[in-house]
Amino acid sequence: MKPIETQKEYQDYVDKKSPNSPILKNCFNAFWVGGLICSIGQIIFNYCKYRGLELQISNTIVSIILIGISAFLTGLNLFNKIGKFAGAGSLVPITGFANSIVSPAMEYKSEGYVMGVGGKMFTVAGPVLVFGISASIIVGIIYLIFNTQTITLV
Amino acid sequence: MEFFQSIDWMMMLRCFIVGGLICVIGQILIDKTKLTPARILVIFVTTGAILGGLGIYQHLIDFAGCGATVPLTGFGNALAKGAIEEVSKSGLVGAFIGGTKAAAGGIAAAIFFGYIASLISKPKMKKQ
Repeated sequence: MKPIETQKEYQDYVDKKSPNSPILKNCFNAFWVGGLICSIGQIIFNYCKYRGLELQISNTIVSIILIGISAFLTGLNLFNKIGKFAGAGSLVPITGFANSIVSPAMEYKSEGYVMGVGGKMFTVAGPVLVFGISASIIVGIIYLIFNTQTITLV
Repeated sequence: MEFFQSIDWMMMLRCFIVGGLICVIGQILIDKTKLTPARILVIFVTTGAILGGLGIYQHLIDFAGCGATVPLTGFGNALAKGAIEEVSKSGLVGAFIGGTKAAAGGIAAAIFFGYIASLISKPKMKKQ
């Protein structure tokens, strides 16, 4: 094997030796873990439909169960292992929302149960609620003014 | 079992693929930009609310079921759709009631389970 002399040769050597580019691997893991979480939701949803529940109630039940599971997995320190492996696969589904509430709460537990746990719960989830709810109010007002969902017919 | 026969497996496949793809978008945002996870969650919820307000997101839900409702964009969509429904029932005040009402179950569950889970959790052991 001939010695590596220039910067470019070294870069080529590294590119050749390193297995997959990490972004592809990350995306693949995010894809199947995210898909799996959604499929678990779909099974719960199907069961609710099978029991004859309303559409909106079924969706709420799906959210509550997934949030509950991921909250407790975070509490048991298992969720951050999944998160390290799956990246956005566990962050983007509603499980990530629950995780973002529990992990800061755990971290600040030593500051007490009211201001520590209760206060720090929303360090990450707070912005999500602020922007989500504000956006929904704006959407509602726009709907009130124009009285139509403009692009519904696309 | 009767329940398993009632499952629409094509729907399940579409749910898996669409849900996975939405997560891949998030992963690309994490890897390619310097956005923190909190900002990405905000982007997803706001995007979902806007798409829901325009009525586009409902098509995705019809196509992929929980593949579209479980990611946070679906949470944003639920907020926007709730606001629109409530506005058509009770006018301006509905814009303030509807969104939170539609997402109330999820938010309350997140607070309640979140608090309990952090109470029972053991603090992380630091390796020394």
